[in-house]
Amino acid sequence: MTTTSERLGLTPSQTVGPYLSIGLTWEDGPYVVPEDTPGSILVTGRVYDGQGQLVTDGLVETWQADPDGRFAHADDPRGAVESQLPGFRGFGRCNTDADGSFRIVTVKPGPLPTPDGDTEAPHLNVSVFARGLLDRVVTRLYFPDEAEANAADPVLNAVDPDRRATLIAEATPDGYHLEIRLQGENETVFFDV
Amino acid sequence: MTESVRTPSGLLLPRYERPLGVHPELLSPEYRSTVLRAPSKPLVLLPHNLTEITGPLLGSDRISETDNDLTRQHDGEPVGQRIIVHGRVLDSDGRPVPDTLLEIWQANASGRYKHVVDDWPGPLDPNFTGVGRTVTDSLGRYRFTTVRPGAYPWKNHHNAWRPAHIHFSLFGRAFTQRLVTQMYFPDDPLHQYDPMLITVRDEKARNRLISRFDMETTEPEWALAYEFDIVLRGSDATPMEDPHDDDDE
Repeated sequence: MTTTSERLGLTPSQTVGPYLSIGLTWEDGPYVVPEDTPGSILVTGRVYDGQGQLVTDGLVETWQADPDGRFAHADDPRGAVESQLPGFRGFGRCNTDADGSFRIVTVKPGPLPTPDGDTEAPHLNVSVFARGLLDRVVTRLYFPDEAEANAADPVLNAVDPDRRATLIAEATPDGYHLEIRLQGENETVFFDV
Repeated sequence: MTESVRTPSGLLLPRYERPLGVHPELLSPEYRSTVLRAPSKPLVLLPHNLTEITGPLLGSDRISETDNDLTRQHDGEPVGQRIIVHGRVLDSDGRPVPDTLLEIWQANASGRYKHVVDDWPGPLDPNFTGVGRTVTDSLGRYRFTTVRPGAYPWKNHHNAWRPAHIHFSLFGRAFTQRLVTQMYFPDDPLHQYDPMLITVRDEKARNRLISRFDMETTEPEWALAYEFDIVLRGSDATPMEDPHDDDDE
């Protein structure tokens, strides 16, 4: 049924440029769950360029399953399931500030089955947008207290073992922290989506 | 999405194409800011599993009445050429993408952004913020009213000027479809000098970023119209010869 010859050409990506904050800032952006959600965690991070300078004009977005590993989305073949957590949005968005930092208030997602019969460890998909990025770059955040699940995760296992640590957040008193290095020493692993 | 593939676990997931030769190379040195920000190591292939084939479905609850009319967000009208920008959001299979959030931002008619970092001597307009949002209808259509943005100088190289453009952000229905881009205007003499536009190396793909003047939608005694269709990734059209040979992962 696919008519290859009649496919429409894709619209190319362009950078968000330096002024993205006027267009893409949401007051409630960081709240994947409402602030007072029991068990909520604070995910923080910083973004650096190839000289170790903080990226202060970027935007970070996250997308994730709910704690039961479900999505309220019709394309999930297990069924679209509204989260048990009131106000769960799955999506977070935060500008990087003068300190290169972003923050997302969320909950830890559940593990996910894959078509191949594997199980993906709990993770957030993370997109970074900034001046100088002609397309978003995509990475994942995995959790340090999920060693067993991480060891079985097919995506982590496809990454050079020396670089896997760049995808695993550090525990903090109220959540987790991830350093995102766009380029250079300890460069974060980015994915071809 | 209708294209699916049977799998060992029984999970049937939509398959999205991977764009080849459409998006700019992340390292495109004529756009200077890429030099220290583009990752230097090859990207690792991410399979399209559940987190990738789903995405935020953000709709009309984020939109207020004047969000798609950038000329009505203040007490007075902004200065500049009033325009209508409209089009459809489709996937590459030609299917409309309904109920999806579009966000736009742009400079005012003098080429100045209402942003603290933009301080070139083009005047601000107290009646223009330059930010819009809307949601596509059931046929994937959208429509904004705004003013035509001006060109503006930047510091990429000597005498560098950005052609007039409007930034567009789209979600589609899956993480794989997320797109941020810029819409340009036809017959702008600055296109050929613009380091951002020319990083799209394929001429046909580059031309897809340039809107079309639309006389039919132009409103008499009111506003010129430009049409800009946006095409997000559709299904993976690669024939599946034998599932065991599928080495995407």
